[in-house]
Amino acid sequence: MATSTSKPATGSGTKSSGFLYGPLLAGWLVPGAGHFVQRKWIRGTLLLLAIGTMFVLGIAMQGKLYTSAQSILDMLGLAGDLGSGLFYLVSRQLSLGADTVQVTTADYGTRFLVFAGLLNIIAAVDAHNLYTGRKK
Amino acid sequence: MNYSPSHFTAVLEFALCVGVVFGITQRDTPKRMFRYGAAAFGLFTSAAIVLSWLMFFLAK
Repeated sequence: MATSTSKPATGSGTKSSGFLYGPLLAGWLVPGAGHFVQRKWIRGTLLLLAIGTMFVLGIAMQGKLYTSAQSILDMLGLAGDLGSGLFYLVSRQLSLGADTVQVTTADYGTRFLVFAGLLNIIAAVDAHNLYTGRKK
Repeated sequence: MNYSPSHFTAVLEFALCVGVVFGITQRDTPKRMFRYGAAAFGLFTSAAIVLSWLMFFLAK
């Protein structure tokens, strides 16, 4: 049987002295913020630009922001949208996005909004992994 | 604010944004990040083109 020599991340050599989930929370609220708090300026900026652009394009295409979960698909869409953090909450408050999808580009826009949220979750988890030392 | 891109433009924009995020989050060093992001962009775009032609011939 093969034996594994890899060791679990212990956080050695990292600066995980504060709130462990701070970067995860910051990264969820604002794309790239989890990297900014760790002084990863270029990575954070690129993430902010990529996810922010995707969200803005989704809104500009009259994409639908999910507000309630009537079916399982709505529930998944809402979960994806919630991943955008403050972008989603502010857009809801400003009544941005369409209530119903009426044109083809609005369907693209809806997907852009959901994927922006999902990508933001990936970015926030990456910031958490950087903080715990699991990733360099 | 109303933006109506073509399907292919939307594909390029989607692939670019996803490629950037995938590159940064899935690799450790800048060089590998760039290569992975570029590969993701290329694969997303080429997959869309290939599937489009496939559906075109299936619909005939």
